[in-house]
Amino acid sequence: MSKDVRIKKGLNINLVGAAEQTTSQAVSSNVYALNLDDFHGITPKMLFKEGVEVKAGEPIFYNKSREDMLFVSPVSGELVEIVRGARRRILTLKILADKEQVFHEVAPMDIEKAETSEIIEMLLKSGCWPFIKQRPYDVIANPDKTPKAIFISGYNTAPLAADVDYLLQGKEREVQAAINALGKLTPGTIHVSVGNTQTSPFAAIKGIELHKVSGPHPAGLVGTQINKIDPVNKGEIVWTIAPQDLIIIGEFLLTGRFNAERTIALAGSCIKAPKYYKTKIGAEVSTFLYASGVKEKKFRLINGNVLTGYRISPEAHLGFYNTTVTAIPEGDDYELFGWNKPVFNKISTTRALTFSWLSGKKKYDLDTNTNGEHRAFVVTGGYEEVFPLDIYPLQLLKACMVKDLDEMEQLGLYEVAPEDFSLTEFICISKQPHQKIIREGLDLLHQEIG
Amino acid sequence: MGLKEKMHKQKLKYQGKKMAPAFNAFHTFLFTPNETTHSGGHIRVADDLKRTMNTVILALVPCLLFGIFNTGYQHYSAINGFPENFSLLEHFITWDNFILGAVTVLPLVIVSYGVGLLVEFIFAVIKGHEVEEGYLVTGMLVPLIVPVDTPLWMLAVAVVFGVVIGKEVFGGTGMNILNPALTIRAFLFFAYPTWMSGDKVWVHGAVERAGTADAISGETILGYLAQGNTQEMYAKYDLSEMFFGFIPGSVGETSAFLILLGGLFLIFAKIASWRIMLSAVLGSLAMGLIFNAVVDFGWIPEYSKFYGLMSFDFWKHLIVGGLAFGIVYMATDPVTGSQTNRGKWIYGFLIGFLSVMIRVFNPGYPEGVFLAILLMNVFAPTIDHYVVRGNVKRRLKRLKNATILPDRVDGTAAELKAETV
Repeated sequence: MSKDVRIKKGLNINLVGAAEQTTSQAVSSNVYALNLDDFHGITPKMLFKEGVEVKAGEPIFYNKSREDMLFVSPVSGELVEIVRGARRRILTLKILADKEQVFHEVAPMDIEKAETSEIIEMLLKSGCWPFIKQRPYDVIANPDKTPKAIFISGYNTAPLAADVDYLLQGKEREVQAAINALGKLTPGTIHVSVGNTQTSPFAAIKGIELHKVSGPHPAGLVGTQINKIDPVNKGEIVWTIAPQDLIIIGEFLLTGRFNAERTIALAGSCIKAPKYYKTKIGAEVSTFLYASGVKEKKFRLINGNVLTGYRISPEAHLGFYNTTVTAIPEGDDYELFGWNKPVFNKISTTRALTFSWLSGKKKYDLDTNTNGEHRAFVVTGGYEEVFPLDIYPLQLLKACMVKDLDEMEQLGLYEVAPEDFSLTEFICISKQPHQKIIREGLDLLHQEIG
Repeated sequence: MGLKEKMHKQKLKYQGKKMAPAFNAFHTFLFTPNETTHSGGHIRVADDLKRTMNTVILALVPCLLFGIFNTGYQHYSAINGFPENFSLLEHFITWDNFILGAVTVLPLVIVSYGVGLLVEFIFAVIKGHEVEEGYLVTGMLVPLIVPVDTPLWMLAVAVVFGVVIGKEVFGGTGMNILNPALTIRAFLFFAYPTWMSGDKVWVHGAVERAGTADAISGETILGYLAQGNTQEMYAKYDLSEMFFGFIPGSVGETSAFLILLGGLFLIFAKIASWRIMLSAVLGSLAMGLIFNAVVDFGWIPEYSKFYGLMSFDFWKHLIVGGLAFGIVYMATDPVTGSQTNRGKWIYGFLIGFLSVMIRVFNPGYPEGVFLAILLMNVFAPTIDHYVVRGNVKRRLKRLKNATILPDRVDGTAAELKAETV
């Protein structure tokens, strides 16, 4: 039964520089790279040494604790460099792309007839599996477990994030194929939440339960939708997949090719012409960044949106899960009496001589300044106003900080991912690193309880 | 080279040094730092702790100014008699009142801030953390909640005690259990009771003139009531004087009107919790009503020492004494108060309820708000605990309908389980 999910608590952060809905083809990158930090909690084991030729979609490393979970190359070419960090930990894999792309092909599968175990094996081998994530712990899903439901958020409410409807346009066939396969992996339902049930490409998809979500950010976060539709209990497993990844999974199931092509939004106030680009996973960001042009010399480039992405340089590569690249001004400057003078050009949830409450629709050009120093938690009651989940955010954060496993469990850490705390982090007066605290809490719980 | 660059160079010079927190405290007072986000989200709201604390101070400034004028007004009125036809501009806002008030009150402010911040700086330097802003509000609250003639050394001793024992031993701002300003007030009250109660301390000059031919006295309204002198009190002060605050009392607590405005401002600015304020008002009204009912039923004889305060109209409790000030500025302290929204209702209600109860039953000193708040500070974590347990219980209840599916390779997993059992 479909549910209308109406979120009241939350905050829409209106920023300057939303991507215009036109797509350009990005020039192809010479070198593509996989950033291993994208795969949280995976210890990679290489299948090849440097210098080996690989095809697009050919496995290049696997999960050390699970050998049948393979990770594939987004392009065909030569594996030129394995960048290692401290204790020889692999950081990045760089592949010098061929001019002519060759695919590692397998025979397409007849999903209707396939067994569940066959589908799982196929997804694991094809490199599509890492797109499937699980709650609890917000890590790549464990294929041995059966999820009680699968959640897909077809609605992006994060600031400057790519529009899902636009990304999925014309890809209904692939999405349907992916949904058909995923439907066999759970005895439960595939819940898809969209902002508008009429215009969303999901409206025509079969085998899902369509929900309409409305309200401010984080209405579009899958964590919010899980909590409102069918919350995760202790011992339960829920899988989540981002809608853009359905395209890659679907195309693989239909054609037998892992096509890493992806449309991304280039946005932010530092971009001269913010718009969408068609590129590939792992492409160098500069291949499309300078096509749109940057306004300022000092800017922060973010793989992802401003709330959950991570910082990169223009020479870095598009992340595995990304659909957004954002550039906003760096704010490493002092401001005279910034703490007591009235503020008109920044967002605030209070009215302490801050005036963003006067102009709700105004778009802001925020920089990366923290607007204050890190402090102990002092103020209370603020987080709850932007946190729609039935969880006590402050208490959960504190439980994670003191590593109280029982308390973390009881207060609902199973239900959340770091991104669910991105808004409380944004409004935090004490400038505490909420997402980091939650990530460390999840890792600890995963490690201790498994 | 501008001040900004100079300060930046100094900051780099101090980096990693022992005195860095002290320098940074001054630096960040002038400039919000050039710090950028490095983990999680890349943008942050405009507010920080300094702004939050500054907003509370803004809300306190009217009370301070009123306190300065009232100090002068009460002093001269006690000597020369209260004016017949009171006029705000003629009798209250005058240079004489202001000068006398400023000379008496500002030293309290200076000692409170000077000593308190010194302790904060010392602790910040020793422990190597930044100077936190909590004391900015405490330092302003303290002079407003003490009798005007409190000796400065006494205040200094109390501030040191309050900041060290009330806050720093727990780990500083954000970690304390008791409200530091009230810890200071409680220390003064229990260590130097003769300076904190009676009819000689509320008006400037009364103590030194005591026993001389020029002796003056200034009994607070609660003092009158506690002694059963209800008629005398009403002869001296009318309702509007109580509400607007032209009465003796601690420096900043007398004007319910300005406190109300300050409270509304804090609620509007979303700095202080309206839940605590509203429920505390309700709590005090409830207790007041109970006492009024007890009197109405005739259970308390008129000669009882509780009669004066018990028969006092329930809503008037809010406009005399320190109750309003406590509710608006002290009960709403987010660190020592309840942290959950539901907890705030209970916490606030009990503060109001207990304040009026202590006020009536306290034999030595007819005011209870600071004791009530300190008591509830101690119980706030307990209240929160039960509120949070409610959430945990809800989650456990949900767990009963959980669909926990077996592992996919259930063959081996099930077998292993059977063996271990």
